[in-house]
Amino acid sequence: MKILVSIKRVPDTDQKIVATQDGASVAVDHIPFVINPFDAIALEEAVRISELLTEPVDVIAVGIGEDSYEQQLRTALAMGAARAIHVRCSHRLDPWNVARLLRAVVEREQPNMMLMGKQAVDDDANQTGQFLAALLDWPQATFASRLEIDGQQIRVERETDHGIETVKLPLPAVVTVDLRLNEPRYASMAGIMKARKKPLDVVTDQELGVAIEPRVEVIRYRSADTQRRCERLNSVDELLERLTNEVGIKRP
Amino acid sequence: MRALVVAEHDGEAIRAASLACLSFAKAVADARDGTLAWLVLGDRPDQPATEAAQYAPVFVVDSPIFAQPLAEPVSRAIATVVRSQQFDLVCGASSTFAKDVLPRAAALLGGAMASDVVRYEFVDGRSLFDCPQYAGAIVTTLRLIGTPQIVTVRASAYPAAQKAATPSSIERVELDAAVLASRVQCEGLRSKKSSRPDVTEARVVVSGGRAFKNSEDFERLVGRLADVLGGAVGSSRALVDAGITPNELQVGQTGKIVAPELYIALGISGAVQHLAGMKNSRKIVAINSDPEAPIFDVADFGLVGDVYTVVPELIEKLERRAAAL
Repeated sequence: MKILVSIKRVPDTDQKIVATQDGASVAVDHIPFVINPFDAIALEEAVRISELLTEPVDVIAVGIGEDSYEQQLRTALAMGAARAIHVRCSHRLDPWNVARLLRAVVEREQPNMMLMGKQAVDDDANQTGQFLAALLDWPQATFASRLEIDGQQIRVERETDHGIETVKLPLPAVVTVDLRLNEPRYASMAGIMKARKKPLDVVTDQELGVAIEPRVEVIRYRSADTQRRCERLNSVDELLERLTNEVGIKRP
Repeated sequence: MRALVVAEHDGEAIRAASLACLSFAKAVADARDGTLAWLVLGDRPDQPATEAAQYAPVFVVDSPIFAQPLAEPVSRAIATVVRSQQFDLVCGASSTFAKDVLPRAAALLGGAMASDVVRYEFVDGRSLFDCPQYAGAIVTTLRLIGTPQIVTVRASAYPAAQKAATPSSIERVELDAAVLASRVQCEGLRSKKSSRPDVTEARVVVSGGRAFKNSEDFERLVGRLADVLGGAVGSSRALVDAGITPNELQVGQTGKIVAPELYIALGISGAVQHLAGMKNSRKIVAINSDPEAPIFDVADFGLVGDVYTVVPELIEKLERRAAAL
């Protein structure tokens, strides 16, 4: 079995993120970059599958972007991927073009399953996995919180607004993962040492035969203004008074 | 210019979020001198289609396959109708349903898509969409290249649409079996039945965080306060991860995005991921034992205290007042 996992490099959104003065970009110079947390969950799941199944499982991490991606791909190798592919591409990418590049990698590698985060925490788009499934004409299971492999089929529990939905689908398939699928491991020292010797192949967008077709043009970024002046209250009675007079709560 | 709203319904009624999405579509259609319509997919969806027609013309596809929300037939049905009826804009209210099916439909239609739109502007002949990104820390204004354009819309950013004076037409669309096929099979849905309103649709949301030690305490304090106020309950990610609350209650970047009239945050510290899901509420009340908790930065009213003592007092006084009336 072969599992492909896409890895996006994102600024750590636990840090304070602001737009630049001119609105042309997001100020990320001082912010550390990490593997998109949802992609780390996807990778962890692939590595667990490789540890669980008796048949050999090839886990391949794919990153698309500039040279800086090597750092996150090495981390992916240290977490347990057997091999990494760096699609070197200096274009500004939107989900449509990421999906097209991933399709080209899938066509080369012919995996049984594509595992990816349900969204990246930078653009929060939640599009690429579904785009890729449509482009490949593969079935999809989004927002997975549990994944079970049963021969050439998989059973996935999906987190939906109305509860946990269980679906069964044939492979090959695209699965996008949600938070509660697993807790990704940290790369161990031994893993980091091993990762240095694992293959990290580089290929360019031209070599994959994909000409970038932009679908999204960013006009400007602006920092969201969320601060409110919090009035500190001293008692439940004061709170009740505010709720009644200023919020206008209705009694049941 | 023609705009299509993909209706979400439960077999009986159109969901409130879809009515807000229709307001968005109407704003776009008005700005661009266009028209709008619904797409209602379902297994004998006569009831939701009739309701939808009270607002705008309806295209309806009736098939047993739509008894379950399966991405392949739903996305193909959307793409087929959009192509044959030449729609320029397709939208749906942000929900796990729309987030599953609309991107798949968008890829069949050329890939011009924006997620979670909160504002629309038509400037110099260009449609501009505002989308929150980076857990809501950034609002990005973007333009989509090519048509049709597909967007999900944050329902909390738009009011519910108003009914038209007279009902509109309902047009049935027949689709090929190939369009309606699915390789994915749905085996079931586990959900906690709740008598409370949905957290995304309620006027009041009471949410609990890490301060609550178990489900009983959560229900006794957060649940009870929500009931007294006629509201919905929400939860921080920490409680869902700890198994104290079900995942469908999670409010935040990766959970539900809410903007009620009143949001009461109980024992929630206010991680950016949680704030992303509730900071646009009209009034925010925070109760937390830590005076430095970041939740107070986005709150209108703050009370420092232990939820285990403050909340029972609040419930008791609200109940006593209700009884006195």
